[in-house]
Amino acid sequence: MSSIAIRDLKVSIDATEIIRGLDLEFHKGEVHAIMGPNGSGKSTLAKVMAGHPDYEVTGGDILLDGESILDLEPEERSRKGLFLAFQYPIEIPGVSNANFLRAALQARLPEGEELDAVEFYERLYQKMDTLEIRREFTSRSVNEGFSGGEKKRNEILQMAMLEPSYAVLDETDSGLDVDALRVVANGVNKLRSPKIGILLITHYQRLLNYIVPDFVHVMYEGRIVRSGDKELALELDSQGYDSLRPVETV
Amino acid sequence: MSTAITSIDIDRGIGDFFYELTPSRDAGVGLTEATIDYITDVKGEPDWIRDFRKNAYRVFNNKPLPTHWAGDELKEIDFDKIRYYLASGEAPKRTWDEVPDQIKKTFERLGIPESERKFLAGVEAQFDSEAVYSNIKKAVSDQGVVFMGSTDGLKERPDLFRKWFGKVIPTGDNKFSALNSAVFSGGSFIYVPPGVKVKHPLQAYFRINAENFGQFERTLIIADEGSEVMYMEGCTAPKFTTATLHSAVVELVALPGAKIQYVTVQNWAPNVFNLVTKRGLAMEGSEIKWIDCNIGSRLTMKYPGVILKGRKARGEVISIALAGDGQHQDTGAKMVHAADETTSNIVSKSISVGKGRATYRGLVHVPKHLKGCKNNTECDALLINSTSRTDTYPAITVRGTGNSTQHEASVSQISAEQIFYMQQRGLSEGQAMSLAVNGFVNDLVRQFPMEYSVELKRLIDLEMEGSVG
Repeated sequence: MSSIAIRDLKVSIDATEIIRGLDLEFHKGEVHAIMGPNGSGKSTLAKVMAGHPDYEVTGGDILLDGESILDLEPEERSRKGLFLAFQYPIEIPGVSNANFLRAALQARLPEGEELDAVEFYERLYQKMDTLEIRREFTSRSVNEGFSGGEKKRNEILQMAMLEPSYAVLDETDSGLDVDALRVVANGVNKLRSPKIGILLITHYQRLLNYIVPDFVHVMYEGRIVRSGDKELALELDSQGYDSLRPVETV
Repeated sequence: MSTAITSIDIDRGIGDFFYELTPSRDAGVGLTEATIDYITDVKGEPDWIRDFRKNAYRVFNNKPLPTHWAGDELKEIDFDKIRYYLASGEAPKRTWDEVPDQIKKTFERLGIPESERKFLAGVEAQFDSEAVYSNIKKAVSDQGVVFMGSTDGLKERPDLFRKWFGKVIPTGDNKFSALNSAVFSGGSFIYVPPGVKVKHPLQAYFRINAENFGQFERTLIIADEGSEVMYMEGCTAPKFTTATLHSAVVELVALPGAKIQYVTVQNWAPNVFNLVTKRGLAMEGSEIKWIDCNIGSRLTMKYPGVILKGRKARGEVISIALAGDGQHQDTGAKMVHAADETTSNIVSKSISVGKGRATYRGLVHVPKHLKGCKNNTECDALLINSTSRTDTYPAITVRGTGNSTQHEASVSQISAEQIFYMQQRGLSEGQAMSLAVNGFVNDLVRQFPMEYSVELKRLIDLEMEGSVG
């Protein structure tokens, strides 16, 4: 039951079907990786899980701990413990990182309860140290003027602060140099625990050298076409995605 | 999820209430010379004021409505259906205990006595046409600071009052300054002696309780050489079915080296026409700063200005306007450079929600013969819905070789992706919108005194919470 289970999911945008009957389940305590070529529907899957309004689910279901989340607003999914690290984190001018995180944590508290500011900053500084983020960062506007690496680190910082049960990391490695990748991966590894299930979405095998997955799935044309352990990622890396093209029946 | 952001139902909870009162002083409905005689008689004013008013009444009658540039909305005002003077006939009280019960309750609900205890140097509370309460802390009056109503000012300090009254804003400046000059009542008279720095703000609160009413307060602030003062004004009215008119005239005089900060948080009900003329005269090395926030009203037309008359004088206008559905905030600033090395700064941010409309009008004038003058103008508009509207009319004339100006303007929107991002972190659509809007005005809100910036943030939250369907 402690899992996210995706059952025969079908998703369209503007009448084009992008996900075509996808099945996937990941449990708390596990790290799964989804690999696939551009256009295979990986990022669409991440956005649909989070409830992006542009996509239409035309079939199937997504269950969080056994309950469908398809009818829930994005914020309700978030409060149930689902986190999405964005491939392209959004800038929010004038809203400081500290205020944004406080608002996000406050939104999780019952009506009338106030977030403890002292405890909040203690935790925040501790997580920032782990991610090698300087203190002045708290007063900068969310993602505004951030480098690619800073944006990705900020996503992991938000994840660390919100303590989700399930996290989907969409192309977290894209645009990072090796040093930044190491810091981000280190941050994610520190968050690995039996309390969280992680789904890594990536185009390249490189990320998986740093965050070693328990399972690897290959996505192609809107479906999972192969699943295996971390060896599968290496195999893909050497042979390329073309080798996965389904064999046509003669 | 609900992506459609529908029209807003503005929460006027704070100011939307009134008490049934029968004022004993009532000039009746409509405006004639008799109305002016009534006001002058009731207030026991000297003859020069009677003449000043009657002259203004003629000017008012002869001036057309500025519909050629300001729009037809002004035609909705029916000057014959307005009541121009309503009061209890009693002098303002020095303690809240002496203030009649229902009026006292009104100001308690608006939090005025509490703010006074906490952080103000003095308070004047105006209810319809007259102040019902006026008090200045003893430590401040002991420094020679004068803080009283305009009628008391003209009677008790004619030397100071008459010297500057109507000099910064002449009667004929515009139709509404003429109207105010004809029927003015209430508002503050402040004089700060040379070198005195008033540590805490002086505050006035303008409350409209009556229907079909016009409030015409008149404020004159004189900061003598090297003195400093901050004045704050707040205002509310209940929402009646008929239009209410608020038309003030505010004149500031900063003598050499003086500093005046004038802070306004306007939260009128959405049927109030708020047509206000505000201008300061800045002498050598002095500084006048208008910090202006317009949230309520049906139509606000207000362009605080500074005439930079002395060398190295500095003028500033910081303004935030929030135009909700059915509202038009037509605001801006005027900076008239009239001496060398004068500087002016205008920063304006507006937010339009639903069918709300925000207009920025700016006038900056630097004549050719001046040297070393600088102006900076920034105006940013945020549009919340596809039906929201913003217009910018900057009129900047900078002549001569040694003067400079800089002008930046932007229009932005809160994107669906920003809202989705914030929702993914657990904020509702309304909370996300509110956070983004607060972010947009954040740098300006910080310029308000702390007590006001908290209130401002709360007002913006209220407006934005209601703005999403």
